[in-house]
Amino acid sequence: MSDTAGRQPGLSVLDRPNSYIGRAVPRPNIARLTQGRGRYASDISLPRMVHVAFVRSPYAHARIVRIDKTAASGLPGVVAIVTGAELAAVMTPWVGVLSHLKGLKSAPQHAIAVERACWQGEAVAAVVARSRAEAEDAAELVAVDYEELEPVVSVEAALAPGARAIHPELGDNIAFERVLDAGEVDRAFAEADSVVETTFAFGRHTGVTLEPRAIVADWNPGEARLTVYQGTQAPHMMQNIIARHLALEESQVRVICGDVGGSFGIKVHVYADEMATVALAKLLKRPVKYVPDRVESFVSDIHARDHCVKARAAVKRDGTITAFEIDDETGIGPYSMYPRTSGIEANQVVNLVGGPYRTPNYRARARVVFQNKNVMCQYRGVGHPVACSVTEGLVDMAARAIGMDPFEIRRRNVIPDDAHPSVSAAGLKFEALSHQAALAKLHAMMDYDARRREQAALREKGVYRGIGLATFIEVTNPSAAFYGVGGARISSQDGAALRLDATGALVCQISVTEQGQGTEAVIAQVVATAFGVPIERVRVITGDTDVTPYGGGTWASRGAGIGGEAALQAGKALRENVLKVAGTILQAQPAALDIRDGLVVDRDTGRERIGLEEIARIAYFRPDTLPSDFQPELMVVRHYVPRKYPFAFTNGVNACWLEVDVETGFVKLLKYWIVEDCGTIINPQLVDEQIRGGVVQGLGPALMEHCIYDERGQLLNGNMADYLVPMAAEMPDIEVGHVVSPTLESELGAKGAGEAGTAGAAAAVANAVNDALSPFGVAISAIPITPEIVLRALGRL
Amino acid sequence: MTKPIAISLAVNGEPVEALVRPRQHLADFLRDTLGLTGTHIGCEHGVCGACSVRLDGDVVRGCLVLAVQADGAQVETIEGASDSGELASLQHAFAARNALQCGYCTPGMLLNAAELLARNPSPSRDDIRQHLSGNYCRCTGYQAIVDAVEAAARAGAGGAP
Ligand code: FES
Ligand code: FES
Repeated sequence: MSDTAGRQPGLSVLDRPNSYIGRAVPRPNIARLTQGRGRYASDISLPRMVHVAFVRSPYAHARIVRIDKTAASGLPGVVAIVTGAELAAVMTPWVGVLSHLKGLKSAPQHAIAVERACWQGEAVAAVVARSRAEAEDAAELVAVDYEELEPVVSVEAALAPGARAIHPELGDNIAFERVLDAGEVDRAFAEADSVVETTFAFGRHTGVTLEPRAIVADWNPGEARLTVYQGTQAPHMMQNIIARHLALEESQVRVICGDVGGSFGIKVHVYADEMATVALAKLLKRPVKYVPDRVESFVSDIHARDHCVKARAAVKRDGTITAFEIDDETGIGPYSMYPRTSGIEANQVVNLVGGPYRTPNYRARARVVFQNKNVMCQYRGVGHPVACSVTEGLVDMAARAIGMDPFEIRRRNVIPDDAHPSVSAAGLKFEALSHQAALAKLHAMMDYDARRREQAALREKGVYRGIGLATFIEVTNPSAAFYGVGGARISSQDGAALRLDATGALVCQISVTEQGQGTEAVIAQVVATAFGVPIERVRVITGDTDVTPYGGGTWASRGAGIGGEAALQAGKALRENVLKVAGTILQAQPAALDIRDGLVVDRDTGRERIGLEEIARIAYFRPDTLPSDFQPELMVVRHYVPRKYPFAFTNGVNACWLEVDVETGFVKLLKYWIVEDCGTIINPQLVDEQIRGGVVQGLGPALMEHCIYDERGQLLNGNMADYLVPMAAEMPDIEVGHVVSPTLESELGAKGAGEAGTAGAAAAVANAVNDALSPFGVAISAIPITPEIVLRALGRL
Repeated sequence: MTKPIAISLAVNGEPVEALVRPRQHLADFLRDTLGLTGTHIGCEHGVCGACSVRLDGDVVRGCLVLAVQADGAQVETIEGASDSGELASLQHAFAARNALQCGYCTPGMLLNAAELLARNPSPSRDDIRQHLSGNYCRCTGYQAIVDAVEAAARAGAGGAP
């Protein structure tokens, strides 16, 4: 289902003969995965490899008084036991700040805690042994004397007047604060016909990638080179950081990323235990492997969200929303993560609240707070689910306050499709959005009026169903504005190297990475189209800093939009080069030739002239038959980075249809619809599956996913049995529709789609639950919406 | 620590003799000792289903069975079930429908889906969702998996696509 708006009619490179753009081509590399023959970092085993296990602090906050290795070092198989202080001799600490987040502060973080542990689960010693089981046995025998310190657990406690600073040298527990005041907020509230107000709470949750984080580090003292096999989203970023903190040159570090068993933003950060693993490899001069077990994952993978947002909106009787105001507090654990920082999410919340709407009056404050819990950082959707739940929750409240249909109030307030380019109250620049088209499409897809009738009829019978809507905008294709300007060595540009091999097939080495989203398929489709070969003739290589051009990798929904454009330009450039060779061989004008379906043809007639294999044969093996002043160039490199807009915003709208059992408090998801606009769709099946997977990753935290801490900072449900994630039987079918407004900044026109589904799912669920419960006059504004929360709201518990 | 114990079993039809520590689970044995890394490990406490393998024909969780318990048994992993061709129809349907992203859950999903189709050649979508509820997937949201199993069932699950 897709409507096209924006792109001018006429042939572009996307419309070339045999174009693969817009086709649901199966992923070329997929059989490897269906046969269990992928190669994940956790599968890697090297000669002389040893395994590391970590001794982790049982306290949320404690001074490390003494570490006694005696009993542990006597166990069979133990190779080394290393403390934080010992490891600090080979690895320098880091501080997770970015200069464009003004005032953001953090304390130096070590690979292994030195002197003090700041969250339950922080590593305090490493045990290296022949097998993981032996390392774990020995870790249990490492005797650590702790002096427990008073933990600062809740955000309120961290912000309370006179609260003890977790890092005394920083003065207080506020890592970052941002305020924004646009338009005339006070006046808008004073003149409102109705003001709606509530506090939205977002539980901490985490990514639960099915394959845990995994790393194998191999230091070869003979070569003075470190090879790191890692499940990561950003190989070049890791290369830089590993080199920097081990005092090596970047050229001494190679990062290889094969298959990755799920990332979602979890695997884009620098983890202390992984840094410790590379340092240990250097120290021990042999390969060291680390794969956290699932219980460790829960206390060491970044957590996400943990926001509490006081919010209000002003509305006129005619439905015009005239102001938004928010005050966001978020707890990030004891350190700002490195190098992306834990300030970005709150910053995004400030940027994004009210984003789909015309309202020029907007005031926001966000405070990012240290606490003694696991580190918190960017996870799929970064800030979007929070901003979207707040905005869309307020919009529904406003609609209820003035007695207007939730669809209608959105229709009246979204930025019109013909108003772009435009700038939001928070200063975001929109090149082209399609809220009106998306709302209209969703309305039809879900048969909104019929659902409302069904809802009313069932209510008579005591069945409580609800419809929840959620409009969103999403940041994709980030330019250097995201990290580069803040001083982080995180590339916003990506490169594609493309060559014609000796059989006439193509090899594309590209710096964006494959995490299962289908990067390799999309790049192959773009290259095959731009150059003119059947897709089977394109092999794509990703994830190796020794092999690919330099680039950012995969995060912030950038792979297709940025990597895809680099591949497109490489394909076009190589076609030109090959046609020069063909022209020389055929004594024809290159401009009169084209490459189609793997053959050089006459551009006008399509008549076959020469095969690619023959061109490659002559260029590689018989260059003596070419003119002596002509050098074929059968490999090209092209890079791309967006420059005109800091981000390519996408947009969309969600609708959730669910039933609340008012006796048990259970919420049953019945059906879900989403319309989104990611610009040019390279592979509709891959886009739809990104959207669906993203939606379910938003539904989990909406209904069940929650890292529950007690008042001492102990995680109470840190295992897969107690931390609930969506299962097949609980999830609804999700219908996906598209509006297509390509970005004109690139020739490809693609924007990102990887996080769109996650942005609005929680908002749609919460709005639907509140719609279902509206006969009871109760409203819920905290997620996850567990049966207990529902029953408490209903006064039945 | 307790001494290694000798076991002999058949893995994907090949006889295997090995000395294993009594506490080693079957998934670790398959992965670390035999290099059959298609059996994945997601939780090691019996929840996620990534470690599913067949033990004497039944799908079990490799992290909940000790290697010593497989003494004398027939074990089949995703590699063996792929090579025998019996999963071809399901694998084809998974690829065509993009019913996997990272692929980490896929071996377990396929073995469990095959078990379902062996018992019930034309399951409803609800049946499929119920049967696969012990297999977590963090990437797909499950719908594509349900679609693929449905398509394989329609095509007749056994044999070639
Ligand atoms: S690894 Fe065995 S069930 Fe998760
Ligand atoms: S495809 Fe990644 S967990 Fe299922």
